[in-house]
Amino acid sequence: MERIALDVAHLFAGGLVLVSFMLLYQDRMTGLVNTFALHALVVSLSVAWQAHIQLAPHLYITAAIALAVKAFVIPLALHRIIVRLGIHRAIEPVVGIGQTMLAGIGLVALSIMVMLPITARAGTLAREDLAFALSVVLLGLLMMISRRNAVGQVIGFMSIENGLILAATGAKGMPLVVEISVAFSILVALIVIGVFLFRIRERFESVDIHSLHEHRGERP
Amino acid sequence: MTELGLYAVVAVLVIPAASAALLALLPDDRTTARLNALAAFLTFTAAALLFVARPVPGRYLIVDDLNVAFIVLSTFVGFTTAVFSGSYIAHELESGRLTPLYLRFYHAMYQTLMFGMNLALLSNNVGLMWVAVELSTLTTVLMVGIYRTPAALEAAWKYFLLGSVGIALALFGTILVYLSAHEVVGEGLDAMAWNVLVRKAPDFDPALLNLSFVFLLLGYGTKVGLVPLHAWLPDAHAEGPTPISAVLSGLLLNVALFAVLRFKSVMSANAAALAPGPLMVSLGLLSVVFASFMLYRRQDIKRMFAYSSIEHMGIVTFAFGMGGPLANFAGLLHMTLHSLTKSAIFFCVGHIAQVKGTQHMPDIRGLTMSHPALGWGLAFGVVAIAGLPPMGLFMTEFLIVTTTFARHPALAVVLGASLLVALGALLLRLNDLAFGDPVGRSEPARASFLPVVAHFALVMAAGIWLPPELVAWFTHVATILS
Repeated sequence: MERIALDVAHLFAGGLVLVSFMLLYQDRMTGLVNTFALHALVVSLSVAWQAHIQLAPHLYITAAIALAVKAFVIPLALHRIIVRLGIHRAIEPVVGIGQTMLAGIGLVALSIMVMLPITARAGTLAREDLAFALSVVLLGLLMMISRRNAVGQVIGFMSIENGLILAATGAKGMPLVVEISVAFSILVALIVIGVFLFRIRERFESVDIHSLHEHRGERP
Repeated sequence: MTELGLYAVVAVLVIPAASAALLALLPDDRTTARLNALAAFLTFTAAALLFVARPVPGRYLIVDDLNVAFIVLSTFVGFTTAVFSGSYIAHELESGRLTPLYLRFYHAMYQTLMFGMNLALLSNNVGLMWVAVELSTLTTVLMVGIYRTPAALEAAWKYFLLGSVGIALALFGTILVYLSAHEVVGEGLDAMAWNVLVRKAPDFDPALLNLSFVFLLLGYGTKVGLVPLHAWLPDAHAEGPTPISAVLSGLLLNVALFAVLRFKSVMSANAAALAPGPLMVSLGLLSVVFASFMLYRRQDIKRMFAYSSIEHMGIVTFAFGMGGPLANFAGLLHMTLHSLTKSAIFFCVGHIAQVKGTQHMPDIRGLTMSHPALGWGLAFGVVAIAGLPPMGLFMTEFLIVTTTFARHPALAVVLGASLLVALGALLLRLNDLAFGDPVGRSEPARASFLPVVAHFALVMAAGIWLPPELVAWFTHVATILS
C-alpha cells in the first residue's frame, strides 16, 4: 500500500514535469491555454492525492482551488482575451523550440542533481517531489524568458506557481499551505485581470511586450 | 506592560487595515487626505509604544529588538509621507492627472500597503511574512500603474512580473526552510516560527539550509533591488506617484532586506551551513558599483534617485554581509538614515516635478533662484545622500569603509571608489538642477515643508550628535545580528 501511494504521487509529479515540457513547445495561443488547463488539472490531482495519503483534509481545499481557478476560470478568461484581442497564433518564441527543449532537459537534470543528494535526510516522498517541483519552477522560468508575449509570460508564471504548490504539499505537515495558495491565486487572478484591464492591446496595438520597451521614460 | 504591548501590536495592524476599508468607502474630498495622515500618525504612535511595552511572542506575531526599530522607522516615514501626499495629491487632482475615483483607490491602497509592511515586520512566521510581502508588492504594483500612461503601465507590468518571480523564488526557499526545520522541530507552526527557528537552527540539515538561502536571497533580493535583479526598480520609482516612490525607497526595500536578515541569522546559527556573508557582500558590492556608474547617464530626476537607492541598498547589504558588531551597527544606521534622506528627497522632487511640469533633468535648472525652498531642500538632500560630512550618512559610510579596510582591504578600495563615483555624479547633476539661470515653465510651489524639514533635521542631528541611548540601542541590535 505504501509503495503504491508513493508511486501514484510520483506519477502525478512526473506528469506535471511532462506537461511543463508540453507548454514549452506550444506554438498556438489556444493550444497553450489548453495545455495550461491540463497542467492545473494534474497539479490539483497531485495535491488531492497528497491530501489522501498524508491524511490532511485541508489540502483538499488547495486542490479544489487549483482545479476551479486555474483549470477552469483562468483558461476561460484567457480564451476570451485571446478572442477579443485576436491573437490566436501570435506566439513568437525568442529562441527556437529545439533549443528551448534542450535547455529544459538540462534544467530538469540540474534540479535532480541538486535536489536528490541534498534531501537525503528528508523522506522519500518529499525528496522526489521536491526535485520534480524544482524542475517545474525552472521550466516555468525558462518559459517566461523564451516568450515575448504577455499571455505566454503569464502562463509561464502560473506554471511556476503550480510547481510551488507541488513543493508545498510535498513538505509533510506544512502549515499555512491553504492560505499561501489562496494568496497566490489572488496574485494570479490579478495578473490575468491586469492583462485585461491594462488593455495592453488597446494601448500598444499588440500584446507583444517588445513594443512596451519603447516607453522606457529615458528619452535623451 | 505586556498587555499594553499586545494592544499596541493589534493597533499597528488594525488601524491601517480599518482605515483602508474606510478610505475605500468614503466619498472623495479633501478630508480623505487628512484622514490618511491621521491614520498613519495613529499607527506611528502605536508603534512607538512598542519601545516601552512589548507583548510575549505569539505563534504568528513577535516583537523583538530587531523588528521594533524597523517598525518605528517604517510607521514614521509612513506618516510623514502621508502628510506630503496630501499636498502632492491636491495638485494632481487640480491638474487632472488623477480623478477623484482613483484618489479614493490610492488612499485605500496606501493604507493597505502600510498594513502589509507592518505585518511583514511583525510576523513570527516565515509563511505569514511571505504573504505580507506579497500583499505589499501587489498594492505597490497597482499604485505604480495608477496614472495609466504607457510608461506607467510598462513600469507596473515589469515590476509585476519581476516582483512575482522574486516572491515565487522566495516561497520555494521558505518551503525548503520548513523542510529542514520540521525534522528537528516537528510538524506544524513551530517549524515556521522565527524564534524557534533561530534557537533550533544548529541542528538543521545544512545542505537544505544552504539551498534555501540561495532561493531566499535571490527572491527577497529582487525586492531589495540588488543588481542583477534590479530592473524593475528605476521604472517603478519614475512612473508612479512620487509619494509611492518615497515609500518604495524608504520602506519597502527595507522590509525585503529585513526578511533577508532574518534568514541570515538562521543561517549563521548553523555552524555547518554556508556562511551567508560572502553572498551578500558580493551582491551588495555589485549593486554599489553598477548603480554608481549608472547615475551618470540618467536624464529623469526620479530615475536618478532610484539608482541612488539601489546604490544605498547595496551598501547596506554589503555592511550586513561583512557582519560583526561594527559593520552591522553601521548598516542599521545607514539604512535608517537612507530611508529618512531618500524619502525627503522624493518629497522635494515630487514638488519640483509639479512646479516644472517635467521630470526631465535638462529642463530643470536654477531651482535655488526660482524656488529657493525646494532648491535648497534638494541641495541639502543630495549633499546628505552623497555622503558628505557633517550628515549622518557620511559617518555610516565612513564606518563601513574603515571596518572593511581592516578586514578585506581590496573590497574597501572598490567600495570607496564607487562611493566617490556616485558622489561625483550626484554633485554634477545637482549643480545643473539647483544653480544657474532658471529655464522652462515655473509655477509657484504650494508645498508642505514640514515632512522635509523633519527628516533632514533628524539626518543632520544623527551626523552631529547621536543620543547615547540610540547608540546603545543600535549597538545592542547589531550584537544580536552578529
